[in-house]
Amino acid sequence: MFVLVVGGGKVGYYLTKELIESGHEVVLMEKDRERAAAIIEELGSVVVPHDGCEGKYLGEAGSNRADIVAAVTGDDEDNLVICQMAKHHFDVPKTIARVNNPKNEHLFRHLGVDEIISPTRMALGSIEQDIPVHELLHLAALDNELEIIEAQLQFDSPAVGRTPGDLVIPEACSLFAVVRDGVATALRSDTVLKEGDKVIAIGKADCERLLHEQLIGTTSGASRD
Amino acid sequence: MRYVIVGCGRVGAALAEALDNDGHDVTILDTSTRAFDRLSGEFKGQAIRGDGTDEDVLLKAGADGADVLLALTEGDNRNVMAAQVAMEKLNVQKTVAKINDPVRAAAYAELGLATVCRTTMLTDAILGYLAGRPTGMPSVIAPVPHVHADEAGAEGHATPAGSPAAPQGRS
Repeated sequence: MFVLVVGGGKVGYYLTKELIESGHEVVLMEKDRERAAAIIEELGSVVVPHDGCEGKYLGEAGSNRADIVAAVTGDDEDNLVICQMAKHHFDVPKTIARVNNPKNEHLFRHLGVDEIISPTRMALGSIEQDIPVHELLHLAALDNELEIIEAQLQFDSPAVGRTPGDLVIPEACSLFAVVRDGVATALRSDTVLKEGDKVIAIGKADCERLLHEQLIGTTSGASRD
Repeated sequence: MRYVIVGCGRVGAALAEALDNDGHDVTILDTSTRAFDRLSGEFKGQAIRGDGTDEDVLLKAGADGADVLLALTEGDNRNVMAAQVAMEKLNVQKTVAKINDPVRAAAYAELGLATVCRTTMLTDAILGYLAGRPTGMPSVIAPVPHVHADEAGAEGHATPAGSPAAPQGRS
């Protein structure tokens, strides 16, 4: 497997190192010459000391025969362009982008980036799981803008005491499981929901507002501050 | 028409003023408020500090459903991204992105993004000027007093003043 990594920060450096150790062919592009020289000292001549956003250098680094291009610089716009150039100009089969602003995830997918790594989203997910907040919790983002979402029902949730059949659920969305006292069960249309239930739903991101209304409630008293 | 301009450099500021003078509704964005010093006191549009690649910032600037977004910062990639956010997420009808890397400019033009490439424009204009060819762009204005008398009959040495400034060959 030939992997072209763009961006020699911490992520790019360790990614390159791990890939070399597992026997892959790797080229790392880093535009900062000093940083590039430092990595060459440690990892050998796998580094191209040029800007991977520049079409000319991306070509020279061998992107037209790369199996994977991983854009892991600190800037979302650079990672987007690297992946789009790799995909559309150099016909790279698989592109991976690091995304810092979680809002950019859908855009990147929509624009043809194959895989998204979102450190912000991952940290956010871990934090949300530890703090009880009256919000929908994003468990996972899937392809086609689908997301798996969890809602923990508080005493003031409009869904408490009702069944999924009573709720107005957006069309492109389905409630499929409930976690009660640590036990997960499939959600039936006649299951009566209780305070403390965690309802798991799958749907498009644009269903969120309605889901929030139905499961969390719309009262401002439930804000997190 | 409603215009959003990302990047208040020389080009962004000049376009903002020209469009404002023509009576359009103009909002210009830049990450530095000092950049807005380039705008004259007569500019009646809005100047907002913020990152034009951020969807939330563009929404605040009223880019949702704007007629035109011009991405003119100094960063090629920022321009590409701002234009794509505008087209894909905010239903902006028309966008132009300044991309100074010719390879990237050509690649994105193929992907359906209108691009202006300063590198290509200036190279064409200067080579054209040196070869005495018309370039179709008023980028280089021939110094009129120095036109050689024996060339006066030859066509196209002096660039016509009213030639179109629009980038050519974009679909």
